[in-house]
Amino acid sequence: MSYVAVKGGEQAIANAEDLLKSLRRGDENVPEIDLAQIDQQMSLAVDRVMAEGSLYDRELAALAIKQSWGDLVEAIFLLRAYRTTLPRLYYTKPLDTSEMQIQRRISAIFKDLPGGQYLGPTYDYIHRLLDFKLLAEGEKPIAPKSIPSLEKIPQAVNTLAQEGLIQPEIPLTPEPTPFDLTRQPRKFPASRDARLQNLARADEGFLLSLAYSTQRGYGKNHPFAGEIRMGEVEVVIFPEELGFEVAIAQITVTEVQMVNQFKGNQDLPPQFTRGYGLTFGYNERKAMSMALVDRAMGAEELGEPVTAPAQNIEFVMSHSDNVEAQGFVQHLKLPHYIDFQAELQMIRQIRQEQIPHEPELPK
Amino acid sequence: MNQNSPNDFPESSVEPGFNFAYLDEQTKRSIRRSILKAIAIPGHQIPFSSREMPMSYGWGTGGIQLTAAVIGQKDVLKVIDQGADDTSNAVNIRRFFRKVCGVATTEKTSTATLIQTRHRIPETPLKEGQIIVYQVPIPEPLQWLQPSTKETKKMHALEDYGAMYVKLYEDITKYGHIATAYDYPVMVSDRYLMSPSPIPRFDNPKMNMNPALQLFGAGREKRIYAVPPYTKVTSLDFADYPFTVQRWDKACEFCGSQTSYLDEVVIDDAGARMWICADTDYCQERKKCRLG
Repeated sequence: MSYVAVKGGEQAIANAEDLLKSLRRGDENVPEIDLAQIDQQMSLAVDRVMAEGSLYDRELAALAIKQSWGDLVEAIFLLRAYRTTLPRLYYTKPLDTSEMQIQRRISAIFKDLPGGQYLGPTYDYIHRLLDFKLLAEGEKPIAPKSIPSLEKIPQAVNTLAQEGLIQPEIPLTPEPTPFDLTRQPRKFPASRDARLQNLARADEGFLLSLAYSTQRGYGKNHPFAGEIRMGEVEVVIFPEELGFEVAIAQITVTEVQMVNQFKGNQDLPPQFTRGYGLTFGYNERKAMSMALVDRAMGAEELGEPVTAPAQNIEFVMSHSDNVEAQGFVQHLKLPHYIDFQAELQMIRQIRQEQIPHEPELPK
Repeated sequence: MNQNSPNDFPESSVEPGFNFAYLDEQTKRSIRRSILKAIAIPGHQIPFSSREMPMSYGWGTGGIQLTAAVIGQKDVLKVIDQGADDTSNAVNIRRFFRKVCGVATTEKTSTATLIQTRHRIPETPLKEGQIIVYQVPIPEPLQWLQPSTKETKKMHALEDYGAMYVKLYEDITKYGHIATAYDYPVMVSDRYLMSPSPIPRFDNPKMNMNPALQLFGAGREKRIYAVPPYTKVTSLDFADYPFTVQRWDKACEFCGSQTSYLDEVVIDDAGARMWICADTDYCQERKKCRLG
């Protein structure tokens, strides 16, 4: 029998893995890349993998990138499959981003503001010309001296809040236990905490396109970048058996607060509304997209008509996860010959029944 | 936290560093709670907090999580895809459970205590005490008529299945048949409309009053549902257009079966074909009987 194309034994699977491993390593005359190099020199890839993999661990993210042959969606999948085996020990206290050690902080709604504007490390104003000097190795660029800001920098959007011009964000009392997307089933209608968790780990490309679609009129809501900040924050837990707070880590996050127009309704006077984005690492494009989509998903609560994909909570949340999406799209590679045989049979049967009737078709 | 400690099974095939059946005990317990709920309401979809598995979504993660939640050290596991034990995906899932459980595996339907399947129900009738776990891509039978879960939940609550009957009726007016060849909707216990998973409708009658426990897992869609042993499962139809199953005017080339579901195998470039049993175990057992 020679029809074994769709059937494969353990040996075939093992061979495929070995072949992949060897191609991943490539030419052995080229030095092997190490995790520190990935961590340092492909830092933004590490940031993306940590954010969408929902696990803050630079070394493991670098390992996933190395193991996945540079395929970031695959690396995200590896990290997720690992994180799911970890026990849940504590929930941290909410991050206090106003205590952030700022590396970058800009606001587009004020020319200057308390705390100032810090461009930080950004591509924004760099001409995108291929830098052929990088072809050669051994470059030792020197970082300009910057004065790290030690003072607490207030949130730019607070200026609007003081005047009551922006939708207030009031913590609920008593503070409800936040929804946990990794431990509870997704349900619709989904609360905002569930939505934000979904967006935080959502595929960057998917969110970018959805955010873009809102700017082009599919769920338009006139966004302004109220504030974008990136830097280090402390992660704090409060173990009840100890009775005091313990800082367990310092992590880099990117936070975006969008300010959006809202014309008001019977219950609410005209005011600005918010869209919020937060990601692990330096992930500005993703955080901005997240904030735009978060605002778009608030349409129903604000009594706006829900007409565009980005405003459809169920649509966004059900399709945003690239680990889910890549799996289901690619499952089409699995054999489907049983169902195909059933379809084939049906088409043949229907055709057979229709053919004798053909001469009787109206002339 | 000793629930999460790596297992210490002596079997050399067991991968160190992971809990028995990969998932931690708390997760398995939470899945078992959802399974119990699902058994209590036959055919009703129970949301569960599906986990990432080391295999892709869409490749059986729902079924794998159910199997992981119910498997014990004494279980004998059989895994099939398209009815065959030797398709790559079946091999791979079986290999996974050997790696993380070290349990015995089999290709024989009759000796398995736990069967995970994709797209088929074995030809050999199942027995009391066996569990069959189906991998489900889209658990919601109404999904193609109404993509919103919010709406379909309401339709199930109100037993509002008119839209599905209209769809079947439209098939008849267009094609003279109900044109659903697989994933053919069923009613469970006269109450819930259920997707049987993409098994060919040939297999639908096997679900009815089956002595085995039938569990359905959709990992990506995060749903579990179940058909307890000896539960009525009927395929939707009309009095004048009764439900029918596929039949072939051929017999299996290997074992001569005229009643099993056949695979069409293209054997040369000139379009020659042969038909063989899709269920490899059933076919082999019959061949053995014929020779012996």
